[in-house]
Amino acid sequence: MTALRTPADATGVEAAPLSSYVNGYWSRVRGGEMGALPAILGLIVLCTVFSIVRPAFLTAGNFANLLPQGAAVTVIAMGLVFVLLLGEIDLSAGYTSGVCAAILALALSDYDLPWYLAILAALVTGTVVGFVLGSLVAKVGIPSFVVTLAAFLAFQGVVLLLIKGGTIISIQDPVILAIGNKNVPPVLGWVLFALGVGAYAAVQLLRIRGRQRRGLTHDPLSLVLIRVGALAVLGGWAVYVLNQERSRNPAIVSLKGVPIVVPIIVALLVILTFVLKRTGYGLHIYAVGGNREAARRAGINTDRIRISAFVVCSTMAAVGGIIAASRANSVDANTGGSNVLLYAVGAAVIGGTSLFGGKGRILDAVLGGAVVAVIDNGMGLMGFSSGVRFIVTGSVLLLAAGVDALSRRRAATAGLR
Amino acid sequence: MSEQAGGTTRQGDGGPSPDGAVLSLAGISKRFGAVHALSDASLAVKAGEVVALVGDNGAGKSTMIKAIAGVNPADDGEILWEGRPVTITKPHDAATLGIATVYQDLALCDNLDVVANLFLGNEVANGIVLDEISMERRATELLDTLSVKIPSVRTPVASLSGGQRQSVAIARSLLGEPKVVLLDEPTAALGVAQTAQVLDLIERLRDRGLGVVLISHNLADVRAVADRVAVLRLGRNAGEFVMAETSQEQIVEAITGASESVVTRRQARVEAAEAARDVGQKRQASDPQEQS
Ligand SMILES: Nc1ncnc2c1ncn2[C@@H]1O[C@H](COP(=O)(O)OP(=O)(O)OP(=O)(O)O)[C@@H](O)[C@H]1O
Ligand SMILES: [Mg+2]
Repeated sequence: MTALRTPADATGVEAAPLSSYVNGYWSRVRGGEMGALPAILGLIVLCTVFSIVRPAFLTAGNFANLLPQGAAVTVIAMGLVFVLLLGEIDLSAGYTSGVCAAILALALSDYDLPWYLAILAALVTGTVVGFVLGSLVAKVGIPSFVVTLAAFLAFQGVVLLLIKGGTIISIQDPVILAIGNKNVPPVLGWVLFALGVGAYAAVQLLRIRGRQRRGLTHDPLSLVLIRVGALAVLGGWAVYVLNQERSRNPAIVSLKGVPIVVPIIVALLVILTFVLKRTGYGLHIYAVGGNREAARRAGINTDRIRISAFVVCSTMAAVGGIIAASRANSVDANTGGSNVLLYAVGAAVIGGTSLFGGKGRILDAVLGGAVVAVIDNGMGLMGFSSGVRFIVTGSVLLLAAGVDALSRRRAATAGLR
Repeated sequence: MSEQAGGTTRQGDGGPSPDGAVLSLAGISKRFGAVHALSDASLAVKAGEVVALVGDNGAGKSTMIKAIAGVNPADDGEILWEGRPVTITKPHDAATLGIATVYQDLALCDNLDVVANLFLGNEVANGIVLDEISMERRATELLDTLSVKIPSVRTPVASLSGGQRQSVAIARSLLGEPKVVLLDEPTAALGVAQTAQVLDLIERLRDRGLGVVLISHNLADVRAVADRVAVLRLGRNAGEFVMAETSQEQIVEAITGASESVVTRRQARVEAAEAARDVGQKRQASDPQEQS
């Protein structure tokens, strides 16, 4: 970018001042458009409280544990965002991840397939499941709540059948095990970090340049610098902490580096955000979620969009299942069961994705997933039983859904609907 | 094509399906269960002409529009486009012919911004990446040429006023460079100033040589912009008039289906009351003289 830009050489349109962005954001928040604010505030409060009450919370070791712990739920939540954007729900996403994990384990153990074919089998299973669920919703017209509730029960049975009753299938493949348990070498961690921040900065600056050249209003440079700076500081701090030696006995085994799930989640975040925000397909997802009839009249094949959202959701559930299986080193009847689905829905909603459709981002799943993981981890450290943890997480989900519903009412009274 | 030089034949006989119509429909029928929403109805519109489609609630106006737009195809009937018979079974068919529709229930996505709503279904893209910049520029240009005032093309449609939303819906219909625009009650929910805005917009469409079909219950609006009026009653044609040669009473009569109706009775009552008041006033004015 040219450093000096006199007003005369621009095509008459200048960047709005930063203050107007702050005002705009603030008025959106007050109008009920809170976005990620509750999740970020929640994260700050939770982390502060847990660090004070349990200093063990604020250690590199715990931080490195927290990330893979929350990874499966976060990935499933990312897929759920697609379905939630349409105003639908997938209650079976948890057990879908269980079924796919079982397929992965069977492919590795019973069929001796190489890891990549086993992963492919799990992903294809997810895709097929999503296609069937989506078709039942879009083509047959059964409410998604009912379809996926039925699938929730049925898939629980499928998992039981696949793992032949109460047995546990352990996973031995080193590549699969690495996904949820190993770390990126410290140097590679820094390289990936630099590439990530550099790419983000480049995309933002190119965007400004393009809009400037065509004479359109654009974000002020200061705002972009703040964004890039924040990413660099937070990301750099995280990489630095995770690159510290965490092993109690470094002489025997060294334990340092960013967990492998982190670049996986970042990559999924970038890809899916690109799909939702920059492609026509993504726009159509928002359109169908905002006003299905309007989308139909605009010539959008709404059935196909709805089916595809379920396909994405179930395929992402398969990815979540693979991560969960890797993390646990095994698959059993509980994989993808118990709290997984509610945690995933909770993550998406806590992050700011609306249950009413039309509003949400992939980033919501990551922020909300972090909140859920922090609650689970912190309360575990404080010695609460899982019973208490369930109640607290359930309450947080209810709180988030309440915020969602209230902000919708607020938006309606503020004339934003 | 048999378009006449000069295009509009406003002084014509006003009969059904005039020559040179861009779009003409004949024998259109549509049933919803036992309800005959349309039976053997016809309609025609020429380039550079505003045809008002009027009729009481449930007369079948929206049904007619939806049949043309392919949203809810007719059961029976013939559609001619520039003289050629065509079939319209889905919204896409109508769009490719050059028919654009603005529905009574606006059909905008509240959660999307103005640009996205304008281009929905016809996005400009480089490969798979949306070309936001081109779309935003074209949106701004289009809204400018239509003199539509909107705070920013990046505001979500949810936060616009009724008139602005209506303008966006109309602008949206123009992006595909249509030849015929169908407007279903575009002024129904609008205030005086916003109605005037939309009527201006309709006149601009006509001046651009588009054929416009306008549904409205407001006969004053119809009188203000329409060249011809087609009346539907209970799903059937109930008369077609050239606006300049027709009185409001004639249209009302066709809509209600009787020279003697609620509307005419009310009108008669009002007139009688006015007459009585006039007489009363006169008498009052003359009273003092009598007393003296
Ligand atoms: N989807 C539908 N299902 C069943 N009946 C319908 C449907 N759409 C319209 N109708 C019926 O068809 C008839 C014509 O309706 P239509 O909406 O065309 O009336 P309209 O002239 O547009 O009235 P308005 O001025 O109130 O908008 C009505 O009797 C209505 O009840
Ligand atoms: Mg109607």
